[in-house]
Amino acid sequence: MKRNLVIRSLQSLLALLAISVIAFAMSHLTGSPVDAMLPDDAGPEEAARLTKLWGLDRPLYEQYFVFLGNALQGNFGDSIKWQGQTAFGLVLERLPATIQLGGFAIVVSTIIALPVGVLAAVYKDTPFDSAGKLVALLGQAMPNFWLGIVLIWIFAVHLNWLPTSGRGGFSHMVLPAIAMGWFQVAAFMRLTRSAMLEVLDSEYIKLARIKGVPERRVIWVHALKNAAIAPLTYFGVIAGSIFTGSVVIETVFAWPGTGLLAIDAIRGRDFPVIQAVVVTFAGVFIVANLIVDTLYAYLDPRIRYQ
Amino acid sequence: MRSPSERPALEVRDLETRIDTKLGLIKAVDGVSFSVDHGETLGIVGESGSGKSITALSILRLVPKPAAYIARGQVLLDGEDLLEKSETEMRKVRGKRISMVLQDPQTSLNPVFSIGFQVVEAIGMHADAPRKTLVRRAVEALRRVRVADPERRVDDFPHQMSGGMKQRVVGAIALGSFPSVLIADEPTTALDVTIQAQYLRLLKDIQQETGLSIIFITHDFGVVARMCDKVAVMYAGRVVEYGPVREIFNSPAHPYTKALLNSVPAVEEDVDRLYSIKGQPPAFWDMPEGCRFEPRCDVAMQRCKTEYPNKFARASTGSGAHYADCWALEEPEWIPSRS
Repeated sequence: MKRNLVIRSLQSLLALLAISVIAFAMSHLTGSPVDAMLPDDAGPEEAARLTKLWGLDRPLYEQYFVFLGNALQGNFGDSIKWQGQTAFGLVLERLPATIQLGGFAIVVSTIIALPVGVLAAVYKDTPFDSAGKLVALLGQAMPNFWLGIVLIWIFAVHLNWLPTSGRGGFSHMVLPAIAMGWFQVAAFMRLTRSAMLEVLDSEYIKLARIKGVPERRVIWVHALKNAAIAPLTYFGVIAGSIFTGSVVIETVFAWPGTGLLAIDAIRGRDFPVIQAVVVTFAGVFIVANLIVDTLYAYLDPRIRYQ
Repeated sequence: MRSPSERPALEVRDLETRIDTKLGLIKAVDGVSFSVDHGETLGIVGESGSGKSITALSILRLVPKPAAYIARGQVLLDGEDLLEKSETEMRKVRGKRISMVLQDPQTSLNPVFSIGFQVVEAIGMHADAPRKTLVRRAVEALRRVRVADPERRVDDFPHQMSGGMKQRVVGAIALGSFPSVLIADEPTTALDVTIQAQYLRLLKDIQQETGLSIIFITHDFGVVARMCDKVAVMYAGRVVEYGPVREIFNSPAHPYTKALLNSVPAVEEDVDRLYSIKGQPPAFWDMPEGCRFEPRCDVAMQRCKTEYPNKFARASTGSGAHYADCWALEEPEWIPSRS
């Protein structure tokens, strides 16, 4: 088990390293930042001076190691667009807003999707199951940016129940969380349902009933602990997609988080900030999956004793 | 080992279980009756799909809902009709008074819970005792089914055990609360032969110690000969022949029973071709009007096509009732039976 975790952690580090290469390469693919930075009337001496100053004349691998060394210390350089602020500082400043919204969306969608998925399996082919399927279908069919706009149009513009955008109290979180979470509720619910259906059909569930275990316990203890493995895998994915999804949702709802920062940075060709965002997102994604791997072992002894 | 009590431990009367399938409503169990005395073993024999397992699940009222349901009949446990009990009352019967061992030990145990958890739970369902006592009883239950080193094994998970060992654990779960009836649904089919023999021996020993009644579901006549006192032969949802094991082996009455016995190859004979019953069992949604075995029967008469046979009982039997559903039995030795 411990060995497993060590191996997985090392793999995670490797993944992070690969991402750092991509993030680094990104800034070099679109041409020299010098051209982007200098005014049009600057001469070649000026360009050469800047190139030397920023170390762009050195070999690429050397530049990469400098980048990596700095990145490890949380230093992605200064923002180009937001003068006087460090790229990583900007990300850290915006991160709480993203975590607040994303965390809220994850928690609420899990609280809804898990029990509904379980009950849809238990009451298979009943109106409850059909209603669940419909909700899931809608959630998976509607693109989240479109859903966000429609939600704003109905609940903020027409009904005037909730604010259209921005970060504020609880009421500000409702619409973006729905727009973000509906798809996850759908996917999570369907996964739970199919996993439960398979488990409920198994011999050990039959044996639990033969033992005289009450049906409620059969479902929520015996079956769910087995069925939880598939949705848990997915949990690692959604935890990540909350961040990638934040890029779209935060833009639609003008939510001042990392996602919106990423979009603004891309518009301003602010590479240090983009790099900082990418590496941070990747880090969060990898940590989420590491947690999921640990939880697996807790759920399934066959993994624990490998 | 006979109990002084006159009443059988378990008696099933005219049980009918229907299943609502895509192809229509079928009678998976169609008017099945049998009884098991205390300390006795009844074998239920038949091909796959003959309704053996559904009969077993019907006794525990655990037929797959909502497609399957028990349409009529009685299941009398010590004279009490289980079909009239509420679901809550049934839970006190399951595992406590009637228990069951399933076919495949590889899938019968829950992979994510320890052996100890699963045995303790089974016992704890029917006993109000502190955890420590339950654990002690679980260890004892495991020892009774001869799991070596049970104190240590309780912390193991199913995947750390062999098939034979798992089936013993299932046995410990089934017998942990000392039920009076054990239904064993092909418990040794998935085990290899030596392990199978050990397991059968174990069941016999436990039966001798506790006076347990066993309903043994199998398609293996070798197992029947070794384990059972009585046999019910099932075909297409009905018991077609029923009687003491010796009579069934020595003088089988129903052509289907004869055919089944013929398909067991004898060791002494040098046979080139193994005997097999021609044809397939009828589909439940397309039952013949008359005898269900008629299309495959060598001695079928015109009457067999249109009328389901009466039950004929052997006129004089010393060792218990022996009867069969077959028109060919209309002869002095056999008399129409009312049951």
